[in-house]
Amino acid sequence: MKTPIQLRLNGEDVATFADGGANLLDVLRYSVGDLTVKGGCWQGTCGTCTVLVDGAPRLACVTLAESCSGNSVETVAGLRRGADLHPLQTAFMEHFAAQCGYCTPGMLMAAKALLDRNPNPTREDVVDAICGNICRCTGYEPIIAAILDAARKDARRSA
Amino acid sequence: MARHRGRGVATINYPIGMNLGGDPSQALVHSNPTGKFTVSLSSIDLGQGMKSVTRQICAETLGVPIEDVYVDTADSDTGPHCMGSFASRGTHRVGNAVMAAAREARGVMMEAAAEELEVDPGDLETDGRGSIHVKGAPHRAISVRDVAIAAQFRQGKTISGRGIFLVPLSEVDPETGEMSPATCYAHACQIVDVEVDDETGDVTVLKMTSAYELGRAINPKLVEQQLVGGSWMGMSHALYETPEPYYPDAREGPRDFNEYLMPGPGDICPHDIIVLERPAADGPFGAKGPGEMCANPSLPAIANAIFNAVGVRIDELPITPERVLRALRARGRSVAPSRAR
Repeated sequence: MKTPIQLRLNGEDVATFADGGANLLDVLRYSVGDLTVKGGCWQGTCGTCTVLVDGAPRLACVTLAESCSGNSVETVAGLRRGADLHPLQTAFMEHFAAQCGYCTPGMLMAAKALLDRNPNPTREDVVDAICGNICRCTGYEPIIAAILDAARKDARRSA
Repeated sequence: MARHRGRGVATINYPIGMNLGGDPSQALVHSNPTGKFTVSLSSIDLGQGMKSVTRQICAETLGVPIEDVYVDTADSDTGPHCMGSFASRGTHRVGNAVMAAAREARGVMMEAAAEELEVDPGDLETDGRGSIHVKGAPHRAISVRDVAIAAQFRQGKTISGRGIFLVPLSEVDPETGEMSPATCYAHACQIVDVEVDDETGDVTVLKMTSAYELGRAINPKLVEQQLVGGSWMGMSHALYETPEPYYPDAREGPRDFNEYLMPGPGDICPHDIIVLERPAADGPFGAKGPGEMCANPSLPAIANAIFNAVGVRIDELPITPERVLRALRARGRSVAPSRAR
């Protein structure tokens, strides 16, 4: 039995049909075609599939797609502003915050959720925001530095 | 019951690459008719940056802009043979092979340019910005693109080069056991400060201070990235990672990220790093490679720091809180109060 699902994905309305019980990760990747969302563990432990549902970080692999129908969903595909990268994306590049890159989409979205609700986070806030996201290459320090830098630069821009 | 601080030191001499029957890597470099170059490798970039480093090495050797070089890796069915990305060998072995291939390709490129300009190839030089000119006469020039087109469509030449770097098998002397497992070594010294809780057995790494000597740093930012990530991995080996965390039976081992423990973003510590560059005689531009060497000293340094903090020598990894408490109990009494904070 297919279920109709409507999402506001990165500011645009999308509609699709999904199998009953399908998770948001599979619906975003295979029904909607947003391949910027990555699956890591498929059991809610690694954080790489993190997307924002109504602004809050959610693990797409353990989120029922049906439960998001009618909601706003944000993924990495919606991060850049026109031709410009999002400040977080620029900061991740400048701080070499990716090696293999597998955790990067989830890290970016967890960081965006943090900066959207707290534009001036402390180091502890950043650690707290990404503590559900596993990275196996960087040792986390470059990621923390990138998020703090993006926040600082955003604060300077709006000041 | 208290928390105790301790400091441990470890040093390492790390062989670059391995030698279990000879250690070769091959590379092929060729130009397209547009004057862009492709490096074909079978070596994999896992995120450590080998594509960036071999790209730099190729561009520098050819004398062309880095944007004009593309590195194609990781098809071992069709690419030139490579032993693989391990043993910290990528920059050194693959880099040398790329350098040799790029040198040969540069020779053909200069010959083709010389034919077009009607001069001797020895009188030509590259400007690194996509042009080749007569030494001392920059106006007598031809672009690499035009040379590539001429080679392809007029001269019937392939601007290409083959490269191999082989560290031959080093036989073991049957009398002395002597052999040369590597042609060069990277070195490091690491100091680790820890805090040990003698009630819970918890070990917190407070600070790392390290010096690494790894030949020429071809790409300093990638080197730093390797060192920061690698020392985190060393801390993880020392204190967290095991396939059998709590029970001796593999069936009780970890099944997923929740059970296979590694330090999270809240478990890391400040790390002061100094990089020393002593170019290796046989390295590409003197490079050796940071690789595995950056994870290794953290294990003994942390074990030594724990000994310094609470006086117990733990020789099994990882050093879990349980092992710390068992060691403290076996020794029979808590540490001297002078060390307690």
